[in-house]
Amino acid sequence: MSKALLEVKNLRIEFPNRRGLLTAVDDVSFSIAPGEVLGVVGESGAGKSLTGAAIIGLLEPPGRIASGEILLDGQRIDNLPYEAMRKIRGRQIGAIFQDPLTSLNPLYTVGRQLVETVTTHLDLSESAAKDRAVKLLEEVGIPAARERVDHYPHQFSGGMRQRVVIALALAAEPKVIIADEPTTALDVSIQAQIITLLKRLCRDHGTAVMLVTHDMGVIAETADRVAVMYAGRVVEMGPVADVIHKPQHPYTVGLMGSIPEFESDRERLIQIDGAMPRLDAIPQGCAFNPRCNKVFDMCKTSRPELMAAAASRAACWLHDSRLVRSDSRITRSESGLAR
Amino acid sequence: MTTPFVQLKNVSKTFDVSAPWLNRVIERKPQSFLHAVSDLSFDIQRGETLALVGESGCGKSTVARLIVGLYASSTGSVMIDGQDMRIALTSNNEAARALRRKVQMIFQDPYASLNPRWRVADIVAEPIRTHRLIPDGAALDKRVAKLLGYVKLTAKDGEKYPHQFSGGQRQRISIARALASNPEFLICDDPTSALDVSVQAQVLNLMKDLQREMGLTYLFISHNLQVVHHIADRVGVMYLGRVVEIGDKKEVFGAPQHPYTRMLLDAIPDLHMTGKARTPVAGEVPNPLNPPSGCAFNPRCPRKFEPCDKTRPELVNIHGRQVACFAATSAQNSATETVMTLS
Repeated sequence: MSKALLEVKNLRIEFPNRRGLLTAVDDVSFSIAPGEVLGVVGESGAGKSLTGAAIIGLLEPPGRIASGEILLDGQRIDNLPYEAMRKIRGRQIGAIFQDPLTSLNPLYTVGRQLVETVTTHLDLSESAAKDRAVKLLEEVGIPAARERVDHYPHQFSGGMRQRVVIALALAAEPKVIIADEPTTALDVSIQAQIITLLKRLCRDHGTAVMLVTHDMGVIAETADRVAVMYAGRVVEMGPVADVIHKPQHPYTVGLMGSIPEFESDRERLIQIDGAMPRLDAIPQGCAFNPRCNKVFDMCKTSRPELMAAAASRAACWLHDSRLVRSDSRITRSESGLAR
Repeated sequence: MTTPFVQLKNVSKTFDVSAPWLNRVIERKPQSFLHAVSDLSFDIQRGETLALVGESGCGKSTVARLIVGLYASSTGSVMIDGQDMRIALTSNNEAARALRRKVQMIFQDPYASLNPRWRVADIVAEPIRTHRLIPDGAALDKRVAKLLGYVKLTAKDGEKYPHQFSGGQRQRISIARALASNPEFLICDDPTSALDVSVQAQVLNLMKDLQREMGLTYLFISHNLQVVHHIADRVGVMYLGRVVEIGDKKEVFGAPQHPYTRMLLDAIPDLHMTGKARTPVAGEVPNPLNPPSGCAFNPRCPRKFEPCDKTRPELVNIHGRQVACFAATSAQNSATETVMTLS
């Protein structure tokens, strides 16, 4: 594999409050190579958006990076002063957010917003920047870009607005793009268009993309590798086909099973009872243990780290090699989990 | 055949979205109307689940609101259990009240549809009190506890306030409230769109169980085709205020006849990564204030031909479902012609 462009090492994000410390993201590590799409999935509150916000240095106080490192092209960026980070944000790391309406300024034309971004980061004249803006809009598939560049955000439909936001993120040709739920606010037919666009741009420019979403379908279509997050930790990470077809962590199994499918005619969906724990009440041991149907003693006392599980890595004691051999109750076939 | 439990006949809803009168006079602008739902007719049999799917702005939620009477229809009639809903909403006699009791609604956003200042027990008891089914006291408490039990909550949860619950639990409270008046017909307006998948699975399973136990009839509105496929018996696909295809779930999803249905199905991300080529979807939903002439789908349609932008296709029976599409009808006709010449 080529050298990682973005590397996150043992990231831990904390929120101090009156009653103590809340750990929202705990010991998260991953890396993304150029041209690669890493999908980060999980349910609301799993800490996936916070991880994205920490990378672009937009963590809202009182949230803070308590420990760990974020490396861009081998250089630490998590401890940079605000001004230095401002130069990196937009120029080297682009961001696409969920709601295209709130990420555009309603008072300026999209052209002006694009020109502003381009001239801030690149050494271009006003008119050259304008030409670039038109080219960007054409690249993201906006018809009649030359006229549209002078329109205001409200004159665009939801899907077109999201294209403008993608154009903004691409404006300075960043090496990394953090896409936080880019298709969630869109209808399925538009969603498909945006996914195809994102994939094509990533391939053409060799950009590393971190795609944060709760939609497994989007991940299956777009990502090369997947990280599944639960209660602030990565519980499973691996190539997209392995995680989807042969999930190793019981949470991933439940998550995959709860998606209704056309191919199956089952009367009931697989459900994971209960809900994700609150940050101030994360259970001891494995955070998933109260909801897990394969729970055993070890899960309640000590927390599993990511360990090899089939072609992926999973943070689950079922895959602990010592246990598989010593304890006949948990065999490989059982932990392979019936689907 | 028995008369259907719910029957919509040529229901339309038009909203007047004109500028204020003075502006119209000064700027010489005409009045403008938004046709949210046009000429909608369908039946739902007792105990059946009919789902309506479509993209945002196609009028699905307006249909829900028309049926429960939150909007009055501009034309057409909604009959439930042989009674006209319009009469039930305006009069106050015994029969009208009984009909109102039978129809309940579950809303999309569980954060906005529960009163934050009421305790859960009061929220669930509200329909019972409104319809004077059980007097306050031990019997009512018992009934509320039972309702909370149906949705897998405990009687103790009734003392809490909505903010103490998660999204999935709140949606279950909405279901308990909808069940409080012993309804027969539930209208569910995208009840799982605000929920995470694992919680969505809990709510869908619960709704299916309750339907089996209580013989409920559902109108299930959603934009998620997989969810609809899981829960529905019959499916209606809506586009710009009209039903373009309606029929048995297996027929519609198995062999879609309308190009729009096919497009929606193709647009679903492929979880199994079979690598099947997706039909690229061109364009977006047109502005409902200024819909295209003829078939509303014609500017995006890959099978568009001559009559499509001139006349509007009506719903026609093809392959065991109803479709409003000239391309599908002509394909059917040529097929029958071949069969006739062959025989």
